Amino acid sequence: MANGESEVGADVPAGGFVQLLTPDGERVDSVTTAEGTTYTVDFSDDEYRELYRDLVTVRRLDTEATALQRQGELGIWASLLGQEAAQVGSGRALRPQDMAFPTYREHGVLYTRGIDPIMPFGLFRGVDQGGWDPNEFKFNTYTIVIGSQTLHATGYAMGITMDGKTGGPDGEAVIAYFGDGATSQGEVNESFVWSGVFHAPIVFFCQNNQYAISEPLERQTRIPLHRRADGYGFPGVRVDGNDVLATFAVTRAALDNARQGQGPTLIEAYTYRMGAHTSSDDPTRYRIASEVESWQAKDPILRLRTFLTKQQIADDTFFADVDDSAKSLALSLRERVLAMPDPQPVTLFDNAYPNGSPEVDAQREQFVAYHAAFEGSDH
Amino acid sequence: MAETLTLGKALNHGLRRALENDPKVIIMGEDVGKLGGVFRITDGLQKDFGEDRVIDTPLAEAGIVGTAVGLAIRGFRPVCEIQFDGFVFPAYNQIVAQVAKMFYRSNGNVRLPIVIRIPYGGGIGAVEHHSESPEAYFAHTPGLKVVTCANPSDAYHMIQQAISSDDPVVFFEPKRRYWEKGTVELDRPAEAELHASRIVREGTDATILAYGPMVRTALDAATAGAEDGRHLEVIDLRTLSPLDLGPAYESVRRTGRCVVVHEAPGNLGLGSEIAARITEECFYSLESPVLRVTGYDVPYPAARVEEEYLPDLDRVLDAVDRTFGW
Repeated sequence: MANGESEVGADVPAGGFVQLLTPDGERVDSVTTAEGTTYTVDFSDDEYRELYRDLVTVRRLDTEATALQRQGELGIWASLLGQEAAQVGSGRALRPQDMAFPTYREHGVLYTRGIDPIMPFGLFRGVDQGGWDPNEFKFNTYTIVIGSQTLHATGYAMGITMDGKTGGPDGEAVIAYFGDGATSQGEVNESFVWSGVFHAPIVFFCQNNQYAISEPLERQTRIPLHRRADGYGFPGVRVDGNDVLATFAVTRAALDNARQGQGPTLIEAYTYRMGAHTSSDDPTRYRIASEVESWQAKDPILRLRTFLTKQQIADDTFFADVDDSAKSLALSLRERVLAMPDPQPVTLFDNAYPNGSPEVDAQREQFVAYHAAFEGSDH
Repeated sequence: MAETLTLGKALNHGLRRALENDPKVIIMGEDVGKLGGVFRITDGLQKDFGEDRVIDTPLAEAGIVGTAVGLAIRGFRPVCEIQFDGFVFPAYNQIVAQVAKMFYRSNGNVRLPIVIRIPYGGGIGAVEHHSESPEAYFAHTPGLKVVTCANPSDAYHMIQQAISSDDPVVFFEPKRRYWEKGTVELDRPAEAELHASRIVREGTDATILAYGPMVRTALDAATAGAEDGRHLEVIDLRTLSPLDLGPAYESVRRTGRCVVVHEAPGNLGLGSEIAARITEECFYSLESPVLRVTGYDVPYPAARVEEEYLPDLDRVLDAVDRTFGW
């Protein structure tokens, strides 16, 4: 096996992956890869419970967002359903000084950064373009063009090296999120080249959710995605992306390697997009129900709940409390989304250029004068 | 200190100044380090500022601009060199979809003070992809600023102004003028703002608007025209986005005639927009329509016929004559 020599349970991709919690909720103590890297986690009961709370919360918020879209309150929504463990595990593996470059689906990572989950809703409701200050939150703006952010992440990571911020436990690292489809993009491959050449402190975190909208993985690659790393000269590892423990362990190790100055890692988080690509998609046209059902059995939340129950780390009272808090957070999110004001029309001229533009200024003035001419009418 | 420099060397001095003045300024591109760039514009800079500030990159234009975005988010001020005009297109996605939009997308939170230098234009007898004028693609894109220099003094000052600007700037360099000499005041501040056009020759009979490599052509036409008693005013536009047409309006209201000159194909080129605006602003002053002298609407031709493609002194004067015969 390319990765992992432990018993990883049934239904594992050829070549294996790192798994520390089986779909049946059995804990695997540690996994040592063929390259000799050992992965494990050493969580307290509280930490296990908090991971569970994260998973349930991000799923509940996602469910609320899907409902808001169906009710016409969001223009579109990109659901993370099924990918909660990949996002929470990797997100919690980040240290405060680390920088994340997300796609438009990383709502779970955003949540683990301690960011108010309302933040991306401006984008999906259409009241703004989703803007925030990446440096304040250590979380870049959502990038919609597939793969473009991997180069931004690489440049940022090069900057960390140039600032002399690697080489110790306090070093900084970058994580770049993207999907299986993105691995076909030239820019993603360029980011691998650059990161390898400049030995950049970056972790490439690929959520292989098996589909790029309708196209299955076979349309993107002839080899397991993590093995692409070989060609760029840095390690690649595949992890069970529905296992929050293994995802945490693998990402934490890769980030710590990066911050210590040991260069990039490609992580392939093997998971499944349980929902549609976005609310505009119809997955029944390109995949069969039995496939979706087989992945339901590998649900990331269910397995952790089984484990917590078996190990008596949590009981029904705790689970009910988690559900209740997640629900109230979701309902409050709903209210706040509904209360988001539409932007004033004239603001469409704002922020085109840091130093402004006389041409845009002139158009703004014309716009204001044009609309002022209708004042008092029904326009 | 006034020095006589070629346009290329003036750029080199300007880049050196920018590196000296701000430790966050970095230069990145293909062959910009040891070689000093294929046109030697970055000659000697890596030796003096180190491999971390003058970076020989992998051969990937999207990578050059894409990583510059991340470096800019981190607080650096990257100056990217695209080796030739026709090689910018692999980076087009990053420039148009990312660099141009980031400030807007982020509600004004992310500034990308990136300069993308592109040697452009024909007249050097090169093979395909080495003689193009793609400025209109970028001038058409909101969020980018686009400038071009036409003489050594502007080259020296404008490159520094572009680097110190927080706007993303696409900086077009007229490659066939790299070797033309002029006086540069190295220690005096720039005489003009970055985004200002300028009258470079005064005249009374017609207004010639040109930029980059065509400014020299327009000036030569004005000299030749004067021998025939035609006094042509020449304006170097310098900034292509935003356009600064105030001086052009003022000039055309005096002369009543206007010819716009550029190497790029005429169809939907800068000349189209300029002609439309001048018509709107100077309608009652015009004695004839605004005429355009441009490259033809074909791919840039083989070197042995490029002189027939490029606007020259005769074509400019022919257009001026036509404005008088209207």
